[in-house]
Amino acid sequence: MPPALSRGHTPKAGRLGSGPSLGPQRHTTIAERITDMPPKIAVKGLTKSFTAAKGGQLPVIDGVDFEVAEGEFVAIVGPSGCGKSTLMNILAGFEKPDAGHLLIAGQPHPGPSPQGIVISQYGSVFPWLTVQQNLMFGLDAQAKGKINADLADHYAAMVGLKGFENAYPHELSGGMLKRVELARAFIVKPEILYLDEPFSALDALMNLRMRNELLRILAEEKHTVLLITHDVDEALYMADRILVLSPRPTRIQARFELDMPHPRRLISPEMDALREAILKELGLEMPA
Amino acid sequence: MKLRLSHVLPPLAVIAAVIAIWWGVVVYTESPIFPTPWAVVTGTLELAADGTLWEHITASLMRVGIGFGCAMLVGIPLGLWMGWVSGAYRTFNPIFQMLRPISPIAWIPLAILWFGVGDVSPIFLIFISSVFPLIVQTTSGVHTIDRRYLRAAANFGVTRGTMFRRVVIPAVLPEIIIGMRIGIGVAWLVVVAAEMIALRSGLGYLIMDSRNAGNRYDLVIASMIIIGVIGLMLDGITRLLEKLKTVRWRYVR
Repeated sequence: MPPALSRGHTPKAGRLGSGPSLGPQRHTTIAERITDMPPKIAVKGLTKSFTAAKGGQLPVIDGVDFEVAEGEFVAIVGPSGCGKSTLMNILAGFEKPDAGHLLIAGQPHPGPSPQGIVISQYGSVFPWLTVQQNLMFGLDAQAKGKINADLADHYAAMVGLKGFENAYPHELSGGMLKRVELARAFIVKPEILYLDEPFSALDALMNLRMRNELLRILAEEKHTVLLITHDVDEALYMADRILVLSPRPTRIQARFELDMPHPRRLISPEMDALREAILKELGLEMPA
Repeated sequence: MKLRLSHVLPPLAVIAAVIAIWWGVVVYTESPIFPTPWAVVTGTLELAADGTLWEHITASLMRVGIGFGCAMLVGIPLGLWMGWVSGAYRTFNPIFQMLRPISPIAWIPLAILWFGVGDVSPIFLIFISSVFPLIVQTTSGVHTIDRRYLRAAANFGVTRGTMFRRVVIPAVLPEIIIGMRIGIGVAWLVVVAAEMIALRSGLGYLIMDSRNAGNRYDLVIASMIIIGVIGLMLDGITRLLEKLKTVRWRYVR
């Protein structure tokens, strides 16, 4: 095994938690520097089942435990239909778990709020609003007027939508719509980004391009990111840590640490070994 | 939109053929009462010249305007409410579903009983005929809003009022426009029928009056054609709403 690959249920501290003397933490207060600061997301013993058509209970999530540290990028990889989206809905506050604890920054989940913005495969850019109006949608709940419009234009430029501020979504391509959605999320400064197969509806080339865009923006604006995907390479390219889900009823069956700098090369002995190990966990044996 | 000759010529040819056959049959049978197309044209010009045609058209349009306007004021808010609040839907939907299939013509006796022979009766009938399509379309529009938009709005933490104003109403607007198209179509059918029964003005009255006052079938047919043309124009005006920028998304892709 390559040295960066660690298997089993021994989650290491997140990137930012590795020492108080590191750059990003220089401005934190003493209280925040104390090591018992709660993780951004803490999930323990989470279960969820649905009522099946015949009346029985269909277990979907069967005891999931994990933690995500502030500023960490964690990917959850699982086979289709394993309950990934249900897990995401619970984490984002749209559904309640049957049992288990879910703490956001040490607090009980407040329900859907701008604290954690969801970006899903299907996209939810409002088609009746222009790009600028979409970006201002979340801001309008807080402030007013010209400042919002300027901020919206700033974020539109950041995701490469300069000149399209007044376009309607149906005039944009799939990749541009994704950019609108990212900008609309970043503009409200969410503490957590929940990405539910965010780029899987895009063509392969645009998918790759958006990964780089996302990493570029994340380098500028620090967020905690939870990515749910079935695309192992997507997870390998972006995540600090990868959790592999079992088939339904799902639980976490393997955890991998990726202690590698960005930009990453997806073709290297280290990556190949990781990819093979993850695919094996997903039930795909590579031919020798 | 460019008009192409190959698209315009066939329908014009059909209209020309209908007129030609009509003319041929009337001449061949030497009908003493059924008019030739030319007689219809001269009859129309005669009505237009003495001004009565415009009075009838204005009377009919005014009734449709008031009746349909009231139907929108009642039907759209009611439809939004029933779509958004499931208790309201469960409470009111059954009675509306039962009233809806009753032809507005069946209400004529009641309208005369309640409102007498005046302008109110046909306005009431137009209201009855167009309010149900508006309610039904608006309600189903709310029910079919894609959940991802509601979730996204909730995710951004907007208030219920903002959610309704900036998400629900714009999402339903295309359905409301469809309801308006159906409603105005039915309203125009009904105003003519209602005016045939009981009034002194309007295109429906013009048809019955022309027949009763000396079998002026040229004016009967002239009125029918005018009713058809105005109906087409009303639909065209309503369709213009589909060009609004905030509803274009519904009609592309």
